[in-house]
Amino acid sequence: MTVDDSGISIWFFIGLSLLVNGILIAGAGIWEIFRPPANPVVLYPLHASLWWGILLFLFGIRYCIRFAPGRKS
Amino acid sequence: MVPWLAVLAATRLVRLSAVDVAIVAFYFALVLSIGWYLKGRAKTGEDFFLAGREMTAWIAGLSFLSANLGALELMGWAAAAYQYGILATHWYWIGAIPAMLFLALVMMPFYYISKAHSVPGYLKLRFGEPTRALSAVSFAFMTVLMSGINMYSMALVLKVVLGWDIHFSIWASSLTVAVYVALGGLRSAIFNEVLQFVLIWAGALLIPILGLIETGGWENLKLQIAHNASPEYTHLWSTLGSFNNNPMGIHWTGIVFGLGFIISFGYWTTDFLVVQRVLAAKNLRSAKLAPILGAAFKMMVPIIVILPGLLGLAVLPVKLTGEASTVANGGHSYNEVLPLMLARYCGPGLLGLGVTALIAGFMSGMAGNVSAFTTVWTYDIYRALINGKASDHHYVNMGRWSTILGVLISVGTAYLVMSFASIMDYVQALFSFFMAPLFGTVVLGMLWKRATGPGGFWGLLAGTLSSIGMWAWVKVNPNALRYVALSPNARDMAENMYRALWSWMVCVLVTVAVSNLTRPSPDHELEGLVYGMTAIPLEGEVPLHQRPWFWAIVVGIVFVVLNILVW
Repeated sequence: MTVDDSGISIWFFIGLSLLVNGILIAGAGIWEIFRPPANPVVLYPLHASLWWGILLFLFGIRYCIRFAPGRKS
Repeated sequence: MVPWLAVLAATRLVRLSAVDVAIVAFYFALVLSIGWYLKGRAKTGEDFFLAGREMTAWIAGLSFLSANLGALELMGWAAAAYQYGILATHWYWIGAIPAMLFLALVMMPFYYISKAHSVPGYLKLRFGEPTRALSAVSFAFMTVLMSGINMYSMALVLKVVLGWDIHFSIWASSLTVAVYVALGGLRSAIFNEVLQFVLIWAGALLIPILGLIETGGWENLKLQIAHNASPEYTHLWSTLGSFNNNPMGIHWTGIVFGLGFIISFGYWTTDFLVVQRVLAAKNLRSAKLAPILGAAFKMMVPIIVILPGLLGLAVLPVKLTGEASTVANGGHSYNEVLPLMLARYCGPGLLGLGVTALIAGFMSGMAGNVSAFTTVWTYDIYRALINGKASDHHYVNMGRWSTILGVLISVGTAYLVMSFASIMDYVQALFSFFMAPLFGTVVLGMLWKRATGPGGFWGLLAGTLSSIGMWAWVKVNPNALRYVALSPNARDMAENMYRALWSWMVCVLVTVAVSNLTRPSPDHELEGLVYGMTAIPLEGEVPLHQRPWFWAIVVGIVFVVLNILVW
């Protein structure tokens, strides 16, 4: 899957992006649970930010480990 | 200024929080980092313009699709779904899938084996220099103009949705694209397009998921649309028996022959913006698999584009209207449906990701335009017509500088459009003039060995001129629509489809006629370029699941089933 086995895979960059975004979004979701917004979005009780953030985080960490620089794909 | 955007500019749909800004800023930092990281891997012409021809099928396929998945495409087709219902899905299914499979199985071997750097480069090998010059100059000119128009439109959208300064949006996004493409060439563009593809899905997928939860599933959604609009909005084919029975004012012949055959095949098989991604594949099997993978994902794009538009019909408390009505009476236009749905479901964090998806879509489209322009300019105009004896290093430097030049011309076009908004309508029409005839020229070149150089050139020229002539005829005399589009009730989209069909036929007829009147090319000049004169390499002993035709059949079956499901 890597473009160049001697370099960093594109999938690592994608994993990094999902990981950071997942942390930020899940963090915002947790913050909203303790500090509910004055004007919540539709379906706010589902806490979509939290579980979507966790999902991105899990995908991100899997790709970061699987395609870490230096690791053979 | 475009009317609907002028109205929108007076308001702001969403306000970003600190975490949203952090997500957008991280995205910009990451794409620049990728460009910086890849700058050392673009030393030769093959590296810079074709990414070293070492991309896997997955990367080439996702990049192939991502270059087409611009932000205006996302917002425009969500708006079309709100306006015309599920009929908009035709542009993703019959308007893409058959052409992508045809590119993979029939045309890709000739592009790949000829080792051409571009589509005009193939035309040079097949038909000679005049045909290449005609297609290269028109492609380069229209590509940077379209890039500028998209840049201006996107900057206006960011101003409307987020309240961002229009000059900041234009310069920040365009300079970012210029830096990462100039540094890493096509490889950098492709890397970022794959990243952007993932972010578009991550940012946009939550809207249909939450929308279906709110409406209670697909069947309830259809009932609500039938109540709020009309039952016809959820049928793909059953309303196309007459021009008057569907919201788009189109007949099934226009969809099947105009869109499904000519426009779709013209775009997906000959527009170098998308074909360039597949030429970067590491071998012929990957080059054939890439469009098939792209087709599989293309079939799913309606989930994040069409479904939000349909959900808007069901759940939005306000009735969206057309541009003219929005200008006259205020309110929201169709074009706002995607940002409105984003604001409806996405709180802090998710909103930032959704906005990042829009920006990523814009940048992937722009990078596609710029990298394609750079290759065509360097190889098919500069090297072919101006300086053909320079070193490979010289052409790589020319590629880097033309990347920056292409972006600057795009920025100039963006400012030009800002002053003369009506240019936008004309340029978009101009772009469509070249696609259908070009498909006629390329497909005859690949499949008919008797086609000659003069035949290819005059066919392409006649097809293009006839398309311009039909467009001008309807502009001057609107009654001509009954002849061009076969119905006085046809809308713009229907007119485009029939015009494409006629111009393709003119191109083919003229090519055939002139070819039969001119001396055929010797067989040895056609080797590697034409069906029947080219030895297609065998794929070897690979398992069934690695064979392109197997996956093409799978995608074809899914395509048919999906059409029947929403018939």
